[in-house]
This record gives sequence, C-alpha cells and structure tokens, in this order.
Amino acid sequence: MYRYDDRDHAIIGERVAQFRDQTERYLAGELSEEEFLPLRLQNGLYIQRLAPMLRVAIPYGLLNSNQLRRLARISRDYDKGYAHFTTRQNLQFNWPQLEDVPDILAELAEVEMHAVQTSGNCIRNTTSDPYAGVARDEIADPRPYCELIRQWSTFHPEFAFLPRKFKIAVNGATADRAAIRVHDIGIQIVERNGETGFAVYVGGGQGRTPVIAEPIRDFLPEEDLLSYLEAIVRVYNQLGRRDNKYKARIKILVKALGAEEFAARVEREWEHIRDGVDKLTPEALSWAKSFFTAPDYKQLNDAESDAALETEVVADRAFARWLERNTFPHRVPGYRAVKLSTKPTGVPPGDVTDRQLEAIAELADEFSFGEARITHDQNAVLADVEQANLKALWLAARKHGFATPNIGTLTDMICCPGGDYCSLANAKSIPVAEAIQRRFDDMDYLYDLGDLNLNISGCMNACGHHHVGHIGILGVDKKGEEFYQIQLGGSSSESASLAKVLGPSFSRAEVPEVIGRILDLYVEQRRPDELFLDTYHRIGLQPFKEKVYAKAS
Amino acid sequence: MPKPAKGNTPPPGNPAQVIVDGAVKTNEWQLLPLDEETAALAAADLPPGRLVLPLPVWQQVKDQLEERRHEVGVWLDSDETADQLGEDARTLPLVAVHFPAFADGRGFTTGRLLRERYGFTGELRAVGNFMRDQLTYLRRCGFNSFAFQGEQAPEALLGSLHDFSDSYQAAADQPRPLFRRRGLA
Repeated sequence: MYRYDDRDHAIIGERVAQFRDQTERYLAGELSEEEFLPLRLQNGLYIQRLAPMLRVAIPYGLLNSNQLRRLARISRDYDKGYAHFTTRQNLQFNWPQLEDVPDILAELAEVEMHAVQTSGNCIRNTTSDPYAGVARDEIADPRPYCELIRQWSTFHPEFAFLPRKFKIAVNGATADRAAIRVHDIGIQIVERNGETGFAVYVGGGQGRTPVIAEPIRDFLPEEDLLSYLEAIVRVYNQLGRRDNKYKARIKILVKALGAEEFAARVEREWEHIRDGVDKLTPEALSWAKSFFTAPDYKQLNDAESDAALETEVVADRAFARWLERNTFPHRVPGYRAVKLSTKPTGVPPGDVTDRQLEAIAELADEFSFGEARITHDQNAVLADVEQANLKALWLAARKHGFATPNIGTLTDMICCPGGDYCSLANAKSIPVAEAIQRRFDDMDYLYDLGDLNLNISGCMNACGHHHVGHIGILGVDKKGEEFYQIQLGGSSSESASLAKVLGPSFSRAEVPEVIGRILDLYVEQRRPDELFLDTYHRIGLQPFKEKVYAKAS
Repeated sequence: MPKPAKGNTPPPGNPAQVIVDGAVKTNEWQLLPLDEETAALAAADLPPGRLVLPLPVWQQVKDQLEERRHEVGVWLDSDETADQLGEDARTLPLVAVHFPAFADGRGFTTGRLLRERYGFTGELRAVGNFMRDQLTYLRRCGFNSFAFQGEQAPEALLGSLHDFSDSYQAAADQPRPLFRRRGLA
C-alpha cells in the first residue's frame, strides 16, 4: 500500500496545525459559525443531531493493521468505543468532542491517515473496487491511479470551493464494483491495442436527482489522467450553478449543456494543458505502481488446494455456506478474498466496536499480509487469504461476530445512519434494517433468494444508495411522521440503472410485510436461476405493484 | 452601455490597507463599483489616480486610456472569466478578482488562468468576501494582493499565507507537481 514519505508527513502535519489553529479561533469566538463551517467540513467534521461526527478518510478503502489499531484506540479514547464504515469506504466516529478533534487528527497523522476533504464542496475520497489487485476479472489495478488522484486532489488550491461536493471512483475490472456510473466522475480502466487507459464517465450521482453518468471519452491515455481530471473540474468550477445547492452538482451542468457539449468544453480546456506538467511521467507511473505490488504469495496448486477445501466443506455445512457467500475468487492459485460481514441482525449495518477493529487487525496480520479494505457496502475485506487458512479464519471471524454468512443477500443491506444520528434525515433507517433482518432470519430462505441488494436511506440525500438498490427504501416525512417509500430495480453495477418508485409510502411497521410480498412475487414468478433483478427487468414494476397494494389498500 | 451589477451582493470595497507581496501596505488603488453612474463613464470622465474599473467599463474605455494605461486596472466579477481579458492581461498593471462570498470559488480558476495562460504579471488582487483561511489557496492560484474586508487587522492575516510548506499540485506558485519532484531515480 502507499506509504508516506517526509513530504506527505509534512503536508498532513501542517494540516493538523492549521485545523488546531482554526478550532482555537472558533472556540475563542474569532471565527464565525459560518466561516468555521467549510473549514471543519473539509476536515471531515459535521455537527450532528447529538454530537459532532468525524469522518476519517480511508483512501480507496485500504488500511493496514497498524491503522486499524489506531482507529480502535481513538474510538476508545475519544468516542464511545465504536465506529461506522461508510459507503465511501471511510470511517466515522459519532461522538467526538469538538475540542478533541485536532488531537484525533494528530493521532491519525502518526499512522499516515487524515480526515481531509471527507466532506465539504471539494473533491472527496476516491473510491474503488474492494477486490483491487486480486480480482480475476481485473484489467489493471486501480489503486495506483486512485493514489495519484488522492494526491492531486488533496489541498488542490483551485478546487477547494467548488459549487458542490465532488466524488470520483475508479474501477479496474470488467465487472463494476465501484459504482462508477453514480459518481461525478467515473473512471473505468480499459485496454486498447495493449495500452492501458481510461473510459471516462461524467455527471452521475444519487441524492435527490439521481442520474446515471454519461460517457465523455472512450479512451484516455494513462499519462493524461490528471490533466484531464483538471480540465473537467475546471469547467465545472467555472460553469456549475451556485445559486441553488440542489442544482449545483456536475450532473445538473452536464444535463443542461448535454453530454456532448460538456465533453467538447472539457476537450477545449484540456487542449491547453494536456502537454503540461500534469502529464504523468513514466517514472511517476511506475513509482505509483511500486506501492501496490503483489505480496509474498506461496506457490500453490489450485486443484490440490480446492480438493483440501472441499473436504472441509463436506464436513461442515455452516462453513460451506460462509465459504459460498463470504469469499471471493482470487487471481492467485490457492488464495481467496474474504468478506467480513458487519451485518449480523441487531447491529446497525457498518458499525464496529473498538475490539472488532482490533480483531480485523489481528485477522489481517494472521491471514492477509496485514492489510484490509473497507467496502462501499460497509463490510471489510481480507483480500489475500490462503485457502488452507479459511477454516481457521472463519472460526476466528465467528468469534468476533464477522462471520454472518449473508454477503450479497437481502440482510447484507447498505444503510445510512439515518434519523438516529443524522440531522438531515427525515426518518430513521437503522430500525428498519433491523426489522427486515429479524423477519428474514431464515438462512435457507435468504440463500434461495440469492443475490439481492436492499439499500436504505433516511432521506433523499441517498447516503444509503436507495436509488441503486435492487430494492431501495427511502425515509420520507409526511406531516411530521416517518414513512418509507419503496423502489425497485436499481443497480450500481456495469449495467447501472435507477430504481423506480413502487407507489405510495408505508409506515415503518408495514415495511417488512411489504418486502415480504415483493419477495413472494419474485419467488412465484422467477424462472430457474433467475435473480431478483432479472425477474424485475423481465416482468416490470406493475406485477409487484399489484401484489403489494392489492390487499394493503 | 454596460449593465449595472446584478443581484444583492455588495460590490467590493476599498479598504485603507491591503496585503501586497506578504506585507501590509496603504491601498493606492480606488476600485469603482459597477453602477449606473460608472457604467456611463468615458475615458475623459475618469477620476484621477490609480483606478480599478469594472470589466464592462474597462472594455468601453480601454482604447482611449493612452498615458493612463499604467494606472488603470480592471476587476472581474465572479461570473466573468479570464479569457474576457485575454491578451490584454499582459499589459494590465492590476487585475482584481471579486469573491462575492467565500464559498464562491470561481475566482481561484480565474487567478490561475490569468497567471498561467494569459501571461498576467501585474498585481493580482483578491477583493470581496474571501476569508483568511483561503489565503494559502489564493496565493497558490497566483494572487499576490489581498484587499481584506473582514474585521481583523491585515497584520493578523499574514501568517495564513503559508499554511503549507509544500504541495502536491503544480499551480501558479509551483511549476512542477510533487510527482515530478520526489527525487525519482
């Protein structure tokens, strides 16, 4: 993984000093609430319903065990002993004291971490595929590019006060596991005539106006990555709307100009700078790539390793289930990537205790070369596990509450913190997640349903990605009461689509029953081996509508 | 005739002191707002002394300035862009860029383009409602002059001009991005 040199340490250290001074001036009354707002936001600090919330950046989700232990310690010393994994592969502390935040940032800086630009109208943490570097369908490892983007976007002097927040994702595999089509800029690594480059998508996003990003370039040569990004963001900074925050995202500009015209303006701007100093040199590219080399894998025989695993599978059905749902094929023979589920019933999705953070560190050290990744669906991945160690890892993960074999199933929900924490929320989301988990607790049923993403947001800002859930649930406010709108058919994969609203919303108590009816219809209607999303695409929204509202109305 | 400024944002003012090249100095330039009176000005009507004209007024009078060229600058509002000065940027003594609110970051792009694309070498002044904590970014985007309108004394701001000793990106203050300077073998 990327390691700081003296210059990175100096820059991040100076940021801590700068924010310490800003916090002191704010607390002394020298800086107004309005002026402090963008400063604290660009350091990840929100003032929430009950307490401040501090969002720590985990660049493209990648962490080492030392960093995990530090996060655990911070959650114990400055918070209530737990933290939350976010859909931008970041981590949130929900209860820090405002005056402690500079100290927390100093503690993070010691382990090469920060909270820079995790909020505010600036370029946010770049996200990527949690299986980067190990996936079998990978064209090229996205992480070196993510790191180059991280450095380019960190304290970019021109782009710290954009019209609105700005999110970039990079995907390096054939399957899109980085949801690039719902990002302000989505970058897909492609290969053309043996040359690595990027297809570039612009103007995707969720929030109250969900949009699927439009392609603006089929092939951008590798060395032009940063100059082209600079051109896009520069056009946006000049032309993006600033009169209405709900129309300020780049997606609105791309819609208003049309993708073609937007692309033409980017190309015109890019012509001025494409051969300038931002062109990546071969040395810079190989330098970036040198941080993401393969760990010291053993030479294993796939067939032997699979046969040994099969023996363990036959002997233990629970292990077999976990293996099927919670592990992912690896490009190196005899290895697998393992997903640790943070979604056992009764725990807010994505929440982990200090002890669990340390447990991930221990498991990473013991089984996966000391590294882990946070995923955009709020779980954790150990990417490099020898198959012979899977059983031991499973037993250890079970002890720490990470082995719920529900990855990719209905109960592996993406869920925002909702009205329990967030001052923007219209409705609570965590209790809805829990009610659904409690109702659908039969693992056989969940496996029979197969791959199914259910995403819950407590308001239209869509932090819980409800627009791209196969089933999406959106909390709405109806005359001061919490209601929930159900949507169907969303996806953030390579064939991205936005979910459609089923009909009038429901009370919280009704939600599990409504989900039950939707699933019943799917089970009735599906063809052999047809997944929920495919059935939905085949039969459409109407039959679900009829089923759900038939007796309820 | 140019149209007066729109909206409710007050025009940039004329503080008595400004920061230029890292030192507090007396403000020697008078910035004229864009209103019905200034919009009608011809070159011969301009008041004496160093002036900073609204872009539409400057465009109207620029060819008649003659020997006053060295004492007449121009200010750009946040929706006016560097290319509207274009080649003229090379000969202007001063360009001011207006920040109607500190959250309006268009001026950062304007500054960089004036310096890096249009060859502006004169005094690049930030005017309006920028804030102290933006000074490092402004300096990096090519601003060397700050007409601060806040309550703090300009001396208190000087420390914020250099919050960072190094930077990842190339910009007006740094010709090479860090990836070209890491001592790569």
